[in-house]
Amino acid sequence: MNLAFSSDAERRLQELLGRYPNRQAAVIPALHLAVREFGYLSPEAMDLVARRLEVPQSLVLGTATFYTMLHKRPVGRYHIQVCMNVACYLKGSDNLANQLKDRLGIGFGEVTPDGMFSLEGVQCLAACGMAPVIQVNKDYHEDMTPAKVDALLDQLRSAPGGEK
Amino acid sequence: MTMFPTTSQTSPTRGYLLRCGNDEFIDLKRHRELGGHAALRKALAMTPDAVREQVKAANLRGRGGAGFPAGTKWGFLPKDNPKPRYLVINADEGEPGTFKDRYFLDHDPHALLEGVIITAWAIGAHQAYIYVRGEFFRPIERLESAIKELYDAGVIGKTVMGKPFDLDIVVHQGAGAYICGEESALLESIEGKPGRPRMKPPFPAVVGLFGCPTIINNVETMAGVRLILEHGADAFLAMGLPKDGGPKVFGLSGHVKRPGLYEGPMGLSLKKLIFEYGGGTIDDKPIKGVIPGGSSTAVLLPDQLDITMDFEGVKAAGSSLGTASVMVFTEGTCPVAVLLRIARFYAHESCGQCTPCRDGTGWLERIVESIEFGHGRPGDCDLLISAANQIMGNTICALGDAAAIPVISFVQQFRQDFEDHIRLGACPYGNKPEGH
Repeated sequence: MNLAFSSDAERRLQELLGRYPNRQAAVIPALHLAVREFGYLSPEAMDLVARRLEVPQSLVLGTATFYTMLHKRPVGRYHIQVCMNVACYLKGSDNLANQLKDRLGIGFGEVTPDGMFSLEGVQCLAACGMAPVIQVNKDYHEDMTPAKVDALLDQLRSAPGGEK
Repeated sequence: MTMFPTTSQTSPTRGYLLRCGNDEFIDLKRHRELGGHAALRKALAMTPDAVREQVKAANLRGRGGAGFPAGTKWGFLPKDNPKPRYLVINADEGEPGTFKDRYFLDHDPHALLEGVIITAWAIGAHQAYIYVRGEFFRPIERLESAIKELYDAGVIGKTVMGKPFDLDIVVHQGAGAYICGEESALLESIEGKPGRPRMKPPFPAVVGLFGCPTIINNVETMAGVRLILEHGADAFLAMGLPKDGGPKVFGLSGHVKRPGLYEGPMGLSLKKLIFEYGGGTIDDKPIKGVIPGGSSTAVLLPDQLDITMDFEGVKAAGSSLGTASVMVFTEGTCPVAVLLRIARFYAHESCGQCTPCRDGTGWLERIVESIEFGHGRPGDCDLLISAANQIMGNTICALGDAAAIPVISFVQQFRQDFEDHIRLGACPYGNKPEGH
């Protein structure tokens, strides 16, 4: 399959290239763009980035596999990340993680069969004063409680389509 | 709950760094109402040399954790190198416990950006990159909106406030790797590569981004530069300590009544931060331990809390100021479980380049995990300390040390808890270990 960027993404790519003295420096921004465009980085998507930036595929693969946010597998429409580090642990993140696993019926690193939710336990999200913290796609949800987690899931389930 | 409760009004320097509340955003208009760009105007009327001298005189120590004097760092730039110079701002905030730089991106980006423009002028950089951790989608949107305001107002671009000095500021979004907060890994990351720290020397000031002389400073350091220019070096020094100038943002999290960010002078009393600003511990339980400067700093016991929060003050207690991000845990918390979160973090975040760190952090995690899950063996405490000592000092960057220090300090400070855990084959506090 020969993937291509949408015209919007192409425009964005040109803009990104203007920010750096060489094309290789645009690898991570371009991979972010590909994740936004295709949902995750398939081998075809990584190949596309390599071709558009005129850099070796090996370099793109090496970079893509180094960073946790550059998904190599599909994630749910709502990608839920629970911070499991010290400050959140002290404020009960283990319970929230178990609650999410129970309610969604999936474990960390898994996606619900309807593709709606994926769940991940993550390292510090840099919001320790507002612990415990959960990130859903681009948004942080702070000072979380079991009741707030329930309300959040209900709200996401009833919302029409989430922003990727 | 607000991010920085109003109780910090008792702090003598409240308002210099933390200028607004949790639900506010200081845009360019508001920034100028608050006297913004006065510092920049002063700097542009001075020679770059004079600006550098002033920052040096203010004894501003870098706010990213290492505390290296900013003025001295700038002085490492080669005088006669014809290559372009870059300014890189480290906003890859990720050390567990630390959440201060996000405040500037989210609420007050112009305080950061004014410092960036002043610094670019001082070091002769025409291009600045702000490397922001990848998860900060919303803070990045706010920072980019502030940068656009500066271009639109003609503050940056082809000229800087009308002065024939061109400056571009670009935001570079990270992609989820703690190691990219290490300055040379950060440069690799901007260059499109995995974030693996470089051997030093050469230092980035000589061979940095794209092989060019580069200065890398933390977000809060930039806010400090702005204050130095606005108020003068002497006034900045008076806001802190003679060898460690200025006000500081302190983070407070864990088992305290009012967690959040607080501003105080360098040298603020740790007890004042916890008990006065933070309102003390939840349910007024006795403190079990305090991590004073982010997860890589040595844990302190309750009888070690009579210290001042500055680089020398925390060092005297056998730990480090780090990012001044204080995590408090009270009696009833199992130190084995806390250490497990820290050990997991460094095992996950090791870039894998140096064997002692790549393998060592994995062993530290597995040994602590086996103790936590009731499979600890007699001798594991010594094994942990021995394994940690074999990482210390044997790696290219400081992540190895950062992984070893908390392990050594937790085992030494809470040895009895670790031994009880091993002897009982279960948590002495009745914690159920979580697998996840």
